[in-house]
Amino acid sequence: MFVQDTALIYGRYLRQSLRSRFALLFGLLMPLLYLLFFGPLLTGLPLGGGGSSWQLLVPGLLLQLGLFGAAFSGFTVIVEKGQGVVERMRVTPVSRLALLLGRVLRDATVLVVQAVLLVLAAVVMGLRAPLAGVLIGFAFVALLTVSLGSLSCALAMRVATPQEFGPLVNAVTLPAMLLSGLMLPMALAPGWLDLLSHVMPLRYLVDAVRDAYVGSYTSDHMLYGVLVAVAFATLAVTAGTRVFRTAGA
Amino acid sequence: MSIISTASLARTFQTRLGPVAAVRGIDLSVREGEIIGLLGPNGAGKTTTLRMLTTLLKPTGGAATIAGRDLATDPAGVRRACGYVAQSGGVDPQISIREELVTQGRLYRLTRDQAAERARELADTLGLADLLDRRCGTLSGGQRRRLDIALALAHRPKVLFLDEPTTGLDPGSRADLWDLIRGLRDEHGTTVFLTTHYLDEADALADRLVIVDKGVVVAEGTPSALKLAHAGSIDATLQDTFLAITGRGPAPADAAPVAV
Repeated sequence: MFVQDTALIYGRYLRQSLRSRFALLFGLLMPLLYLLFFGPLLTGLPLGGGGSSWQLLVPGLLLQLGLFGAAFSGFTVIVEKGQGVVERMRVTPVSRLALLLGRVLRDATVLVVQAVLLVLAAVVMGLRAPLAGVLIGFAFVALLTVSLGSLSCALAMRVATPQEFGPLVNAVTLPAMLLSGLMLPMALAPGWLDLLSHVMPLRYLVDAVRDAYVGSYTSDHMLYGVLVAVAFATLAVTAGTRVFRTAGA
Repeated sequence: MSIISTASLARTFQTRLGPVAAVRGIDLSVREGEIIGLLGPNGAGKTTTLRMLTTLLKPTGGAATIAGRDLATDPAGVRRACGYVAQSGGVDPQISIREELVTQGRLYRLTRDQAAERARELADTLGLADLLDRRCGTLSGGQRRRLDIALALAHRPKVLFLDEPTTGLDPGSRADLWDLIRGLRDEHGTTVFLTTHYLDEADALADRLVIVDKGVVVAEGTPSALKLAHAGSIDATLQDTFLAITGRGPAPADAAPVAV
């Protein structure tokens, strides 16, 4: 039942995404601009770490793509709340977890496709990284999308007015981006900033993907990255499903 | 044996200005195959009541059973027994009518083939057969409403809840919808529970009226019985009867928040 329900919801939203292919490409624009106009600035700088500057930057851009793509995923929920579609589905016996998972798996699919395109562009720019590491990177993008997409949908169900949603999401995404060392590694940071950045879950994912991109698959960074990503996803999906079960107050 | 029965069903919203009791305690008993009209001023608790009975909103007090299923302990059973059309409807304007109908059938656990067959059947019954491949956004108001109802009937529910089903429709479309609702009851024995502000609609359609005000049932009975009891004559208008029962025209200032 649950698997069928999830597939049904996933299909509905995947078709929705495919209807607006333009939006699919547009989501790629921000990381692509960073790649083109920011990436070349880093090539000669001493950034620490084992590989080239591209092996540092591209993992950051991948997770940035996931971060911003998934954090605004709730916008579709807000639109569908207004249309009455969310309630129409909630009065059917469909699984509440499927209502959430179908949506965020669509988001994960879209963002992994965008991530593939981004990596291809990065290869043209000069990125060289082991294939296994690149694939691990995609897995982290997918996990991050499922987590943040769930929280975003939950927030969208809860906000009283659509106007609150954008500012609230921005208030979370920008600190998340700065404190996780997405653009430049936290190894460059003074002690206090490095310390502070450890409260940001995203930091562990960034460190893990950077390790993956230099072929270091069994490091502590990788271990912590996997643990944080899985724990975060579990928490977020549980919280999100709760909201789909009880919302309406 | 009643198909809907509620006992002191209540819902209090917590707001910044303190608790607001939208529904204070509703006792209802509806027989199978009845058409019930729920009337009341704006903010009386009609939509909140409907949202509780359809499992969208958890009651903060009381109990209810629908088609023998307990609202609190078996919400999934209640969902299988009910169809619900919200005031706003609920379709994606970008999706075709066929896709919405088939998806809805699948949400009610029909197989792919059953859902496709049911979509065709519903489109025939509700005069949507020529529109199946149009996008929902291109439908007229009357067609939209028929689609909303078709969606709610995907699983042949025993009970159909309609929240202000004819608001915004032209007179012809309203008359069509009344025929449709009567047909559902006559041919399939569906129990219909609808809210309305149109007293002519209540008069023409409902077997029995339940009038709520400030979250409680203030009167109930057949239209004629209510007219006789509250406006003094069986020939009185329902408008006079309604005003006599609720004792006022405009909505109160402390109206409960309208659920979206």
